[in-house]
Amino acid sequence: MSQTHRAAHGGALIDRDVPLRFSFNGKRFVGYRGDTLAAALLANGVHVVGRSLKYRRPRGIFTAGPDEPNAIVTVGEGARRTPNLKATEVLIRNGLVATSQRGWPSVDFDVGALTAVLRPFLPAGFYYKTFMRPRQLWPLVEGVLRRAAASGRLSPVADPDRYDKRHLHCDVLVIGAGPAGLAAAAAAADSGVRVVLAESEPQLGGCLLDGEIIIDGDSSRAWIDANRGRLQTAENATILTDTTVFGGYGHNRFGAVQHLHDRPTVQRYWQIQAGRVVFATGALERPLLFANNDRPGVMLASAAQRYARRFGVQPGRRAVVVTNNDSTASAVVALRETGVEIVAVFDTRATGALGDPTAFSAAGVRGVKVNGRGRVKGVTVRTTSGRRDVDCDLVCVSGGWTPTVHLHSGTGGRTWFDARWGAFVPDPTTDGSSASAGACAGTVGVASAIAHGATAGDPNSDPPSPVVTGDLDDVTPGPTMIAPKRGHVFVDLSTDVDVHAVEVAVGEGYDGVQHVKRYTTMGMGPDQGKSANVNGAAVIAELSGRSLAEMGTTTYRPPYVPITLGALAARESGTRIAALRMTPMHDWHTAHDAVMMPSALWSRPRYFAAHGADVVTAATAEARNVRDNVGLADVSTLGKIELRGPDVGVLLDLVYTNRFSTLAVGKARYGVMLRDDGYVMDDGTTSRLDADRWLLTTTTGNAEAVLQHLESCHQVLRPDLDLAMASVTDQWAVVSLAGPNSRAVLAGFLDGADVSSDEVPFMGVRDFDLGGVIVRVTRVSFPGELGFEVAVPADYGLAMWERLMKIGEPWAIIPYGLEAMDYLRIEKGHLVVGMDIDGRVSPYDVGLGGMCSTTKDFIGRRSLEMPVFADQDRQKLVGFMAAHRDPMIVAGAQLVADAFDGTPQPSHGRVTSSAFSPVLDRPIALGLLVGGTDRIGARLHAASPITGDQVEVEVVSPHFYDPSGQRQRA
Amino acid sequence: MLRLPCPHCGQRDVTEFTYGGDASACRPDTITPVDDQRWAGYLFMRTDSVSDHVEYWHHTFGCRSWVRAQRNTGTNEVMAAVLARSDRRST
Amino acid sequence: MAAASPGSSPIGRIQSAARRCRPRPYSALGLATHALRSHRGWARALPDDEPRAGYAAVIVGAGGHGLAAAYYLARDHGLSNIAVVDRGYLGGGNITRNTAIVRSNYFLPERREFAQMALAEWEHLSTDLNFNIMFSQHGILNLGHSDAQLADFARRANAMAVAGVESELLTVDQIAKLVPRLDLSASARHPVVGGLFQPRAGTIRHDAVAWGYARAAGALGVDIIQHCDVEGIRTSGGRVSGLETSRGLIATDTVVLAASAGTTGLARMVDLRLPVENHLLQAAVSEPLAPIMNQIVTHGLLNFYVSQTDKGELLMGGNIDGFNSQNSRGGLAPMEEVARACLSLFPSLGRVRLLRTWGGVVDMSMDGSPIVSHTPIAGLMVNTGWCYGGFKATPAVGIVLAEMIATGTTPTVAQPFSLDRFHTGRVVPEEGHGPKPWKYH
Repeated sequence: MSQTHRAAHGGALIDRDVPLRFSFNGKRFVGYRGDTLAAALLANGVHVVGRSLKYRRPRGIFTAGPDEPNAIVTVGEGARRTPNLKATEVLIRNGLVATSQRGWPSVDFDVGALTAVLRPFLPAGFYYKTFMRPRQLWPLVEGVLRRAAASGRLSPVADPDRYDKRHLHCDVLVIGAGPAGLAAAAAAADSGVRVVLAESEPQLGGCLLDGEIIIDGDSSRAWIDANRGRLQTAENATILTDTTVFGGYGHNRFGAVQHLHDRPTVQRYWQIQAGRVVFATGALERPLLFANNDRPGVMLASAAQRYARRFGVQPGRRAVVVTNNDSTASAVVALRETGVEIVAVFDTRATGALGDPTAFSAAGVRGVKVNGRGRVKGVTVRTTSGRRDVDCDLVCVSGGWTPTVHLHSGTGGRTWFDARWGAFVPDPTTDGSSASAGACAGTVGVASAIAHGATAGDPNSDPPSPVVTGDLDDVTPGPTMIAPKRGHVFVDLSTDVDVHAVEVAVGEGYDGVQHVKRYTTMGMGPDQGKSANVNGAAVIAELSGRSLAEMGTTTYRPPYVPITLGALAARESGTRIAALRMTPMHDWHTAHDAVMMPSALWSRPRYFAAHGADVVTAATAEARNVRDNVGLADVSTLGKIELRGPDVGVLLDLVYTNRFSTLAVGKARYGVMLRDDGYVMDDGTTSRLDADRWLLTTTTGNAEAVLQHLESCHQVLRPDLDLAMASVTDQWAVVSLAGPNSRAVLAGFLDGADVSSDEVPFMGVRDFDLGGVIVRVTRVSFPGELGFEVAVPADYGLAMWERLMKIGEPWAIIPYGLEAMDYLRIEKGHLVVGMDIDGRVSPYDVGLGGMCSTTKDFIGRRSLEMPVFADQDRQKLVGFMAAHRDPMIVAGAQLVADAFDGTPQPSHGRVTSSAFSPVLDRPIALGLLVGGTDRIGARLHAASPITGDQVEVEVVSPHFYDPSGQRQRA
Repeated sequence: MLRLPCPHCGQRDVTEFTYGGDASACRPDTITPVDDQRWAGYLFMRTDSVSDHVEYWHHTFGCRSWVRAQRNTGTNEVMAAVLARSDRRST
Repeated sequence: MAAASPGSSPIGRIQSAARRCRPRPYSALGLATHALRSHRGWARALPDDEPRAGYAAVIVGAGGHGLAAAYYLARDHGLSNIAVVDRGYLGGGNITRNTAIVRSNYFLPERREFAQMALAEWEHLSTDLNFNIMFSQHGILNLGHSDAQLADFARRANAMAVAGVESELLTVDQIAKLVPRLDLSASARHPVVGGLFQPRAGTIRHDAVAWGYARAAGALGVDIIQHCDVEGIRTSGGRVSGLETSRGLIATDTVVLAASAGTTGLARMVDLRLPVENHLLQAAVSEPLAPIMNQIVTHGLLNFYVSQTDKGELLMGGNIDGFNSQNSRGGLAPMEEVARACLSLFPSLGRVRLLRTWGGVVDMSMDGSPIVSHTPIAGLMVNTGWCYGGFKATPAVGIVLAEMIATGTTPTVAQPFSLDRFHTGRVVPEEGHGPKPWKYH
């Protein structure tokens, strides 16, 4: 039996020529192209699609849109299995596999439902009141709860699908393509501005697709087609279907997600910047509150109408309509035309405008109870004239309509309670940046939506209202709560919160909307309370004797519908989450077995595997070779800022603690810069290339921060200074050539140029020409040997490297990495920003006090006068040496007086960096110690309980090697 | 999304900028004596006003100008924006 | 709505019995008894009092900190002639917007000691309050992405260890067992090379903290006055004398400002500039999923953290939006960063959908550490600058503030957090990136 509930005719959106096979909970079904999963299931007579969260009651399809609280399904298999989708939003395709998310062994018979007997013992807020002692109890209970709440199961495999992201700019963004939105977009397009029309459904038309109305003498379909045609031919209009605008983010920036069908990219995330926005998001129908209002077969009247009109589906054979407003008349017509028998219409208003003489009808309904445990079997209705039982398999309900003000409110718009809607409607914004039109603005009916929409789309237009027959002109609701005093009356189907739970919460003093929401979880489910919030607030108002207007609404929080992490991340996750920066010599390093390591965004060689089996062996060999022969390291990553102008020296005097304006042309100087709070920010050498041309270097990690800082000092503090600056980090490839043989290698590299101390003195800088290529040589040395930094334009970096390696071969050159560099600089007591200098040390703490000028202002100078920097208990830089070759001193070890045995001890300081010294043949370290160099000779324990290491160390000077600097000046 | 009118480049997304914070206090000239109270006031104390917060922005992914803007931190309305370098204030 | 009209009510109305809350202790027997009465007879748990003419002390801000202070004042110092006032409803500020993480893995001893004190209280708070705050101690895992970062973790962990605070360095294999969904491949852009794990950390049902303290404080006689906006602070001779509120003048000589993002504005009423500015921090939850992780996991390089709630939602957050804000509607860019960071760690979560995002305005201090302090105005105390770390400290803040109010002194644990540190320079820089709450790009 296939599609038992598909009417012979009708269904505006389906293509009966294209049957599609799909399965649900293991059973195979057939639907048509254009069907949503919900429509196709209903067409096959399937109503029970899930079990409720707490009471495990069977639940059916309740809506036909994003407000669906019940029909939550998992779709797809393998890596593409997607939980938590709403059956009302999933379009079927051939081979689609869908399953319910709760109910074992099946949704029709769920063992979990047996827990319903415990219901009296599990009131709202139950868990706050118990499982407090013993303390070990809660974790056990929690474990059970976590498993019980489990629903959506996700594939453990990486998501294979692609998502992308695009930006769009327009003058007018129209959100929603119902009558108001279509009219708005068409009017805006006619006025010549750039228009974007975003519609969450695959087709335009909105509520016009659900009715049979006549607009200016034509069918509503013809009206949709005419407007779509206008927009499609207009060059200034863009239509985005399947696109849900999920939130507004200020200054008219909107986020939207578009579902793409049959493409490698499954979703596209749009950021849309609009000059003006027109909200035409319509309204959502509310349920009614009566006993067993959650049974499968109870459905919003507008949803039943939609299944009939759009999909030719009979959601039941015998329908009862329970309503409190006039809007259900069109549902009655639609269902009847689809072959559904309307058995009775009940209206909660005293004098209902039933408008349907053919069915039994009654007004003044006081109580409704749905019969049947699984699917609806009938209703028992109490009216002023007594009780009446009616058999039926479908109960269409309407509790009035709620304008969809989420985006209006979410962008800061205000709302007010409008009794004509029984809900909150937008206050028009005054600055012209946004407007609401149609039902979401609180106007009733298609005619006013079209007129209102056109004006919103083009404020200069004033089109006449169309003549619409079959239009709705009033949605004022009657009573919503028609429950017997006792019974299971659900306010929020999605989270299984009933009136009783709200009553308990309010009784305990949780009597505001927010408190009830948090205490009961009402409105916190997968539909975010779209159908529940207004009724929930009404129940609280009723219970606490306030009006709904006083209650206010909860905050509308984005996203309007759930959005995937995949779309939000687009293609910028995984390896593309951050740029990977590579120097011009990168490929050489990797081709020569360099073990690379991250350094800020850069990838740099840590050591070369050819030099030893492990990092310490290899780095020791590399470091020793620098001391004995010559080594080559890639230091291109250091930040480089070129400054030009007559006043550069003045700026540098302000930025650095020491004076630079006196630096001679052709010389370099080491500088330390502070933050204005007195702590060391960065260090590096700066060269004066010409009278008004300077090159400043920064640490790798601080290149951008230092540039911003310099720009701030210039533009904010000293805009009077005549200078300009730019980063040239990427323009130069730089190597450190260091070791006793470095001069010979450099001379060879420069075709025998004179690189003696006369030509290139210590801290001197000179440009050479090598075959037309500029080679900048600076005689500085981080390792503390005779050494040069050699820079060439980046494109020549690899050529320079290879030439140096070749020429250096007779001089025993080998490359060295960051690890060896660390060993070498620790031996020299040179500090590294980020390790020894961590944003919490002053220049005085690390032996740089002598570099702080007393004769000029500099950033941070005043802070150094603060009492804190004179405190006796400040930790200051010292060196440490171990007595034996093993074990190493661990960087990050704490310095304690006694060997650490697990008993807490006062900390005397910490090790900031450590190395094995090739020269001293012993582990050495730098660190910060209370008392600093006053404690040289003291013995302490460098304890690293976290790694299980501990070693006794002696406090020594931080300058382990060549303290007078003879070697680098050679 | 907050958009800032860079006086040099025009209206741009906040993601192009780096925030520079409260611009209501001027850095005292520290070569003349500045008492602890005044220095701490400049260094640490913040106006944090809602209706007319004066603040610095750096157009990092643009012209690299430092911009001084006046913004309502409740509504994110930007009332004014000038280039810091064109408007040096006395210290 | 017609149904709201009195008289014709089909569901009845709860008689507004005493607004004062006189709760009986919760017990299993009580639950069973109430079950027989369909739970209609529970005593009011949340107080909702009218302001009186004067109090011995008034705490501004009925969030976690303010309510905790009131509770400990009444419980430990016998002072019940006190009020907590709030411009909104109790427990409606950052106590309900945070991501409910409790930990004490700080590097600086001052921060750690405060957090340790709080952690010890959290562990028995449910029984203290007779209200289950659902403390779930599954631990926090900070991922490390380079050897340098592991060294940094070692530094932090060793500092904790010699002070007696437990944590562990985990290997990649151990991490794989703990959180199998993490991408631990070496080819990742930020490969995971290890982690720092504090097992005693965890999450707490944050609303329950506010409700539990409010209920317990109310039972001890504290007045909790909601929807009461402070419009002015009266002083006389350099001392606080009262509060002008939207519900009338309240006389008092002791006032604590504990209103998170509202504190700078309140302080301005008495010309007090604070080293604090307000920023927006966003968070998000996904739709519920079957359990995939028990721990809180944080990225080591990007500001990103995620945990899974008992309902199955993934609760995640990132960095502050990065500029002064009193607007709780945040931007898209921070949420994009959260999504990217999440997927780079958990590539299998691409199809997971975010259900709800929200923002909380957080009071960021200029050294990243809180200010719990007396002020130059006698009787006026401030509790602010908690940045994104206020929740975890709640019980300790309550105990400290109660002592400050009751004795006029400052307990040792709070002394590093006094306002005058910004004049002496003795700041408590846990982050060490200078007097600004955001970082450079």
